[in-house]
Amino acid sequence: MTPLQGCLLVSALLFAIGFAGAVTRRHAILALVGIELMLNAANLNFIAFWRYGAHPEALTGVMFVIFSIAIAAAEAAVGLALIIAIYRHYKTSNLDEVKDLKG
Amino acid sequence: MIWIVKNLWLIPVLPLLAAGIIAVNKQPARKLAAALAIGAMAIGFLLSLCAFSATLGHHGEGSFREVFSFPWIQFGGQWMDIGWVLDPLTAIMLVMVTFVGMLIFIFSVGYMAHDQNFMRFFCFLALFASGMLGVVIANNLFLFFVSWEIVGLTSYLLIGFWYHKPSAAAAAKKAFITTRIGDLGLLLGMVWLYAQTGTLNFYDNGKGCLEATALSQMLTHVTIGGLGVSTAIGLLIFLGAVGKSGQVPLHVWLPDAMEGPTPVSALIHAATMVAAGVFLVARVYPLMSAGAIIGEHGVPVTTALTVVTWIGAITAIFAATIAVAQNDIKRILAYSTVSQLGYMMMGLGVGGVAVGMFHLITHAFFKALLFLGSGSVIHGCHEEQDVRKMGGLKKYMPITFMVYAIGMLALAGFPLFFSGFWSKDEILHSAHNWPVSHIPFLLGCTGALFTAFYMTRQVALVFFGSYRGHEEESAHGHSAPSHSHSSESHSHDPHESPAVMTVPLMILAGFAILLGLIGTPAWPWFDGYLTGEEFKFDFSKLTEPGTLGLMLASAAIVFTGLGLGWFLYGKRQRKTADEKDVLEVAQPFVFKVLQNKYYVDEFYEMTVIRFNAFAAWFCDFADKWIFGGAVLLVSYVTLGLAWLYKFMDEYLVNLGFDTGCESLRQSGGGLSKLHAGRVQTYLRILGVALVVLILFLIWGRKA
Repeated sequence: MTPLQGCLLVSALLFAIGFAGAVTRRHAILALVGIELMLNAANLNFIAFWRYGAHPEALTGVMFVIFSIAIAAAEAAVGLALIIAIYRHYKTSNLDEVKDLKG
Repeated sequence: MIWIVKNLWLIPVLPLLAAGIIAVNKQPARKLAAALAIGAMAIGFLLSLCAFSATLGHHGEGSFREVFSFPWIQFGGQWMDIGWVLDPLTAIMLVMVTFVGMLIFIFSVGYMAHDQNFMRFFCFLALFASGMLGVVIANNLFLFFVSWEIVGLTSYLLIGFWYHKPSAAAAAKKAFITTRIGDLGLLLGMVWLYAQTGTLNFYDNGKGCLEATALSQMLTHVTIGGLGVSTAIGLLIFLGAVGKSGQVPLHVWLPDAMEGPTPVSALIHAATMVAAGVFLVARVYPLMSAGAIIGEHGVPVTTALTVVTWIGAITAIFAATIAVAQNDIKRILAYSTVSQLGYMMMGLGVGGVAVGMFHLITHAFFKALLFLGSGSVIHGCHEEQDVRKMGGLKKYMPITFMVYAIGMLALAGFPLFFSGFWSKDEILHSAHNWPVSHIPFLLGCTGALFTAFYMTRQVALVFFGSYRGHEEESAHGHSAPSHSHSSESHSHDPHESPAVMTVPLMILAGFAILLGLIGTPAWPWFDGYLTGEEFKFDFSKLTEPGTLGLMLASAAIVFTGLGLGWFLYGKRQRKTADEKDVLEVAQPFVFKVLQNKYYVDEFYEMTVIRFNAFAAWFCDFADKWIFGGAVLLVSYVTLGLAWLYKFMDEYLVNLGFDTGCESLRQSGGGLSKLHAGRVQTYLRILGVALVVLILFLIWGRKA
């Protein structure tokens, strides 16, 4: 097994765990944590493909990941702010009870 | 231009105003109505005298004529003029119409005193006079026609004045419709004249349709049957005159018009409506005589004038014979009028304007006198009109008898002292000299004999013998229901009429005698006045062989008629009202034919009216089934189409739309279930979809 395959397996596992958490958790913050996990799985893929790719000297993977982490931070901030706003509005952070988007 | 020419319009407009004021006046103001109408006529008479004096003193310089026209209506690039003319013809007619009309109006005050619709009566009378005066002054066939129709309308209104009587209503309709037939001819003639000459003005400084340029232009055209256009137009216009003047074959309305009040009969039969027809022919005489061959006595002979003569002569004898067998006092006079109008037409045909017009003027006076006299008789006898039920009235109504006798002698043409003699003699004289045929002369002479005869019969029955009205009263109880209040106040004997009725009669009687003097052969003032020719007093003309012989002959005819009448009716009076007429005993068949007016009415009933009824039935049938069917068909087609549209709308458009809406709604409902609002469900679907997509891609790569 090459190191790349190992990295990809870890990343896929991480993504699956994150997806499962995002889908199954009722609490909004836990769902957000799941999403962060899926995001980091993607970051891991970036790093792995860059590290074992054709041009490891070009630093492109690192650049992408830094951007991605910055965006993830921003996203986490927005998401938390949304959750706080939702909690203030509905007096709950249970996602099953927040159904106003229903068509 | 003399001031009166410009202001000639006042004469017809004054009675029109009077009629208008009476019509809008709500209060039953009898005195006001009578005063307005009579006043308008009196002022009109004074103005007419002014106009008359303006036309005097032009002998020897050709005829005097002043016109006043102005543009009235524009159509296309052409202007229709309207205007009036003052010439001797107009002036003499104006004086006659206003004067006789005024006397009739005054008489009406007495005659209609008991009538409830006194105001309406005077309104119509004034309107009638207005129309007639408009006819007289018109210098334009258009204005002429308008006034002519006003006359026609008011004659309808007046004849049907007592419209609650069915006979009066029928007579009014008859008069209106019969004259309408003639008016159609007049209208056609008018239109044709306009098409030919481009003007309807009679005289217009050389441009009018009765002046040389237009006439010669018309003479050059020939229409169907080789008739000159001027002749054809003249005949069409004459048709109008035939209708209005009650000539054969359109005379039937005139005797029936007796259903109107007696002053109306006098107005229609003496001064106005019937004279309008004769006046029309006199007015368009230049057209009638255009292109004439001048006969040996200076008389123009044309086809149109020949027709006029024949119609006139036939009417004269035709109506005179009918009058012999009538029993209604007014009907006798009516047929007499028809007959005299025939003489006028004949006079126009054989002798020219002066001859015909002279008889018109004299006749207007003595016929008005006779009609008003008969009105007085009828009034005095409590609305009795049957001469058989009168008799002996000489004793009860001396004034009426006197004036009536004068009128009767004038009409009969009693020699030397009465106007009718001179005017009729002039007509017979002209007829004698007529180069075309001698028959009109003979017809005229026979007619004169009958005239004298039937007038003697009437006077003998009405005024001589003893009163025969009582027997009916004793048999049938109280008579004259409409006048109960007046007949209660005095006895059932006839009574003399009040002064308001007798004074006009006396004035008319005076003129019935005197007027003859203006047209004797010795002093033909009237002739000279109308033609503008020089004349002088020449007593020897009376004794010229031709003239004297004719005068003697006509005097002999009149005396024969008078003698015969007196012998048959005066000497031996009928004893009772129901006794048979002397002539009826002698010649029952002839008498019956005459009494039934030669069955002309029945003949029309069988032909014209039956045809008309058939045409009406046919139109009704066509309307109901052919046109009505077509309309019905269209409506059914429309209904069917509408049903189809409704069906399509309901079952195709609506249903399709409904189905579309329903399916949209359902699919929308289905899709909305996906949007449960659960973020995690969305995410789940997203994940599953992603997996499916990836699997699909992988397998797709492999395949």
